[in-house]
Amino acid sequence: MIQGKILKVSGPLVIAEGMREANMFDVVRVGEKHLIGEIIEMHGDRASIQVYEETAGIGRGDVVVSTGAPLSVELGPGLLSNIYDGIQRPLEAMRQKCGSNIIKGIDVPSLDRDKLWHFEASVAFGDTVRGGDVYGTVMETEVIQHKILVPPGKKGTVIEIRSGEFRVTDRIGKIKFDDGSVEEITLMQKWPVRVARPYAHKLPPVEPMISGQRVIDSLFPIAKGGTACVPGPFGSGKTVVQHQLAKWSDVDLVVYIGCGERGNEMTDVLREFPELRDPRTGKSLMMRTVLIANTSDMPVAAREASIYTGITIAEYYRDMGYSVAVIADSTSRWAEALREMSGRLEEMPGEEGYPAYLTSRLAQFYERAGKVICLGSDGREGALSAIGAVSPQGGDISEPVTQATLRIVKVFWGLDSSLAYKRHFPAINWLNSYSLYRDRLNGWFSENISKDWMDNTGKLLKILQSENELQEIVKLVGVDALSADDRMTLEVAQSIREDFLQQNAFEEDDSYTPLDKQNALIELIFSFEAKARKAIAAGADVQSISELPVREKLGRAKAVPYDRYKTEYAKIDAEMTEQLDFLVANKSE
Amino acid sequence: MIKEYRTIEEVAGPLMLVKQVEGVKYDELGEIELPNGDVRRCRVLEVNGRNVLVQLFESSAGLNLAESKVRFTGHGVELAVSDNMLGRVFNGMGEPIDGGAKIIPDKTLDINGTPINPAARFYPSEFIQTGISTIDGLNTLVRGQKLPIFSGSGLPHANLAAQIARQAKVRGSDSKFAVVFAAVGITFEEADFFISDFKKTGAIDRTVLFVNLASDPAIERISTPRMALTAAEYLAFERDMHVLVIMTDITNYAEALREVSAARKEVPGRRGYPGYLYTDLATMYERAGRKMGSEGSITMIPILSMPEDDKTHPIPDLTGYITEGQIILSREMYRKGYMPPVDVLPSLSRLKDKGIGVGKTREDHAGTMNQLFSSYARGKEAKELMVVLGEAALTPIDRLYAKFADAFEESYINQGFYENRTIEETLDLGWKLLALLPKSEMKRIKPEMVEKYWPKS
Repeated sequence: MIQGKILKVSGPLVIAEGMREANMFDVVRVGEKHLIGEIIEMHGDRASIQVYEETAGIGRGDVVVSTGAPLSVELGPGLLSNIYDGIQRPLEAMRQKCGSNIIKGIDVPSLDRDKLWHFEASVAFGDTVRGGDVYGTVMETEVIQHKILVPPGKKGTVIEIRSGEFRVTDRIGKIKFDDGSVEEITLMQKWPVRVARPYAHKLPPVEPMISGQRVIDSLFPIAKGGTACVPGPFGSGKTVVQHQLAKWSDVDLVVYIGCGERGNEMTDVLREFPELRDPRTGKSLMMRTVLIANTSDMPVAAREASIYTGITIAEYYRDMGYSVAVIADSTSRWAEALREMSGRLEEMPGEEGYPAYLTSRLAQFYERAGKVICLGSDGREGALSAIGAVSPQGGDISEPVTQATLRIVKVFWGLDSSLAYKRHFPAINWLNSYSLYRDRLNGWFSENISKDWMDNTGKLLKILQSENELQEIVKLVGVDALSADDRMTLEVAQSIREDFLQQNAFEEDDSYTPLDKQNALIELIFSFEAKARKAIAAGADVQSISELPVREKLGRAKAVPYDRYKTEYAKIDAEMTEQLDFLVANKSE
Repeated sequence: MIKEYRTIEEVAGPLMLVKQVEGVKYDELGEIELPNGDVRRCRVLEVNGRNVLVQLFESSAGLNLAESKVRFTGHGVELAVSDNMLGRVFNGMGEPIDGGAKIIPDKTLDINGTPINPAARFYPSEFIQTGISTIDGLNTLVRGQKLPIFSGSGLPHANLAAQIARQAKVRGSDSKFAVVFAAVGITFEEADFFISDFKKTGAIDRTVLFVNLASDPAIERISTPRMALTAAEYLAFERDMHVLVIMTDITNYAEALREVSAARKEVPGRRGYPGYLYTDLATMYERAGRKMGSEGSITMIPILSMPEDDKTHPIPDLTGYITEGQIILSREMYRKGYMPPVDVLPSLSRLKDKGIGVGKTREDHAGTMNQLFSSYARGKEAKELMVVLGEAALTPIDRLYAKFADAFEESYINQGFYENRTIEETLDLGWKLLALLPKSEMKRIKPEMVEKYWPKS
């Protein structure tokens, strides 16, 4: 056991001497209270340690003990529905053990050691297995079947296997590897968080991750296995967008990382998700969710780790062949944690005091996303999508974290405070947001939704773009200067903004819109446009068209419950024809 | 046994270096005894071998390197708390300054507190009626929320905060409440305004005041808000009271923090503020809330003045990322004479959605709120256009919106500091104003609500 003594304490950074034998990135326990820390630099026999807990009360001469292992997470049944802190300590179990505040140095195992799981073996005695093969399964929750995998990189023969009720640490079997070693298999394994879990190979993402959020799915879609970022100033609705994605995305599992954000927001997820039903399975959303919470009042060093803890858990489920989404709110706080440690290490700062390695660290994180063929003989596919919120200071996206993120991610949902002030939510600015997956997903959309999908959504963007140009003219010379056709374009654009893009996350029938309903709504708006333009050609004026009673019906079309939208939309469409015909008829008289 | 050191090596600004110490811990509280017998306090910022860097809480005047003695107390900065704190006045370091007796402590608590386990929080959802339409109707405050007021120099944020303290109540409950007030580097006059307002309403008996005035040492300000929050936590979570914490002005606090950071020659973040300003502010703001095992709650209203009314300045910016919304005061409204001059559009309460509606306020609340916001936004846009192009250039419907925006400012926003409106009065006023617009424009409100509440002319 390597033991050193503390020389220097400065906030979360501790320097200890007598650590020559220790490895870089080993986890150490600091002081009498056994605070958890990690070695991040070595100079001779001095180790710089970042401590994941508050260091008040630590002083020179206190003992530091190396555990000899890197920062790791426990992987096994029991992760789902749980809430962990940044270094995977279970917060609910901690609450039961030490009350409503977080006490230093507390030791609670990440996975419940007493709980029994029913294990069903999938291999038999004598079978040859290799890394990634499914050894057996456990029904972790009603919706997720947890697969116990043979550790990566090895090949061998099953020499013992049994089904039954087990604790996570109980032996369920043995494998004799080709190199002669014998390994006991348990339901639980450990994995270092800073090392990406291996897969067979990566695939291009070609299937959309459907969120039920109209502006996202139709204009700026993200692929399963893709990456996206949501930058926005405070109050622009970042958190609501992230929560909506966590609730409604059509993935098998969600890992939600609350990184340096509000405590009440995590509580909200924790209290609300068990009540919500997954639209696909009809079961509680909590059954497919893992929460990682490092709230802004928790120690800053653990914020740096929380992102890695989250994505490692996500990779673990991806390896079972699931589609997983990692949602991190907010990566800016993670970058700030990096900056704080870098400052304490007296490193030369890059832009705005952030360390020079900010970009490469961000890239490493987002590169762990992707659609992959998993290890194992069955060639199953898994996908890991990563969505990170960014909180640029003052909403100015020219700052280093946003810029570094934009260089990596493929989808940019730019939130805009001026839209938020108008209560246009989600406040995703359609003029500067983009998705580089649009073309790649075209095939899927035309096959599964409508062959016009790409044309239609492209047309939406085009109309919104023309609106922007026309508005410039209106601001200078007034709306009267526009031709009737251009005024109609403004009307349609308004309808797209209000009747399609705006979506109320807090209203039951509006919060989630399935793709076919989204498509029907787009077609309904375009049908209105086509009919109205015909009416204008026949002499109707734009003002009376905008005052037609059916416009209000169109405005409410998005909130029509899913089970009767087809009949309702047909009715609205018929009313449009009727009212516009009436308008034209009366005009010509 | 407590050792005394005469090894002060350096004093520079708020920092002091002590050499050859033994067994001193990070964040420990120290006492410096001056040659004339004065005792001043300090805190360990860094332990480096046998040297420690400490930060003074008071001025360094009269400190003498050769003669002064330093001793370390073996614990962090603490506050003695008890029920008897109510009605008392303390300085920024938690010592009574009202001439009364010392507090006989029920407990002494570390002023840094400990993070609340998010699994042990209750999500705040109890509606607080402040009697102010722009808050109750549009930016609803709930128990356990942290809702700052972003103000600017010369704007009446003090009057607004006092109005909230005076009128705030949770309807249908008679639970114990208390006010904890932290004056952080404000002028005597401003502090006196609050104190006399509390006296006038009799709230002073239920109030704990921590006062650090502009003339007091700036570095003392670093602990003032934490003293106040420690008292608030005790009253809320151990004495089951509903505590309203008002802290003013956070800008002064951040400046004191910057002073220490600059003295330590740390790499600065934006505008010279330290890179850890976010974390530091968060450890204060996050102490608001409700938690399991306790009936009480802490609702926090920090006040900060935005330099140059700039919302993107680091202090309001970082605050906005931590707090659950913000009430922004507007110079334009103030000039028009509309009180309280709340800038409605950028103001926000993040927790409103679960604090309003059936059983809390009224079923039509959410819809009317959204409708008022978007109608006012459209009205303001129309008015801007009108300024450039004249009224004739507006469509008839935009003219109605412009009229609505004027009426909204005149009656809804402008209610004065002494009018206390019930939530029903606020909602009904909202409907009256919306009725200036055609019924078909009520797209944000459910049709059945429009039918039920649309004013009968």
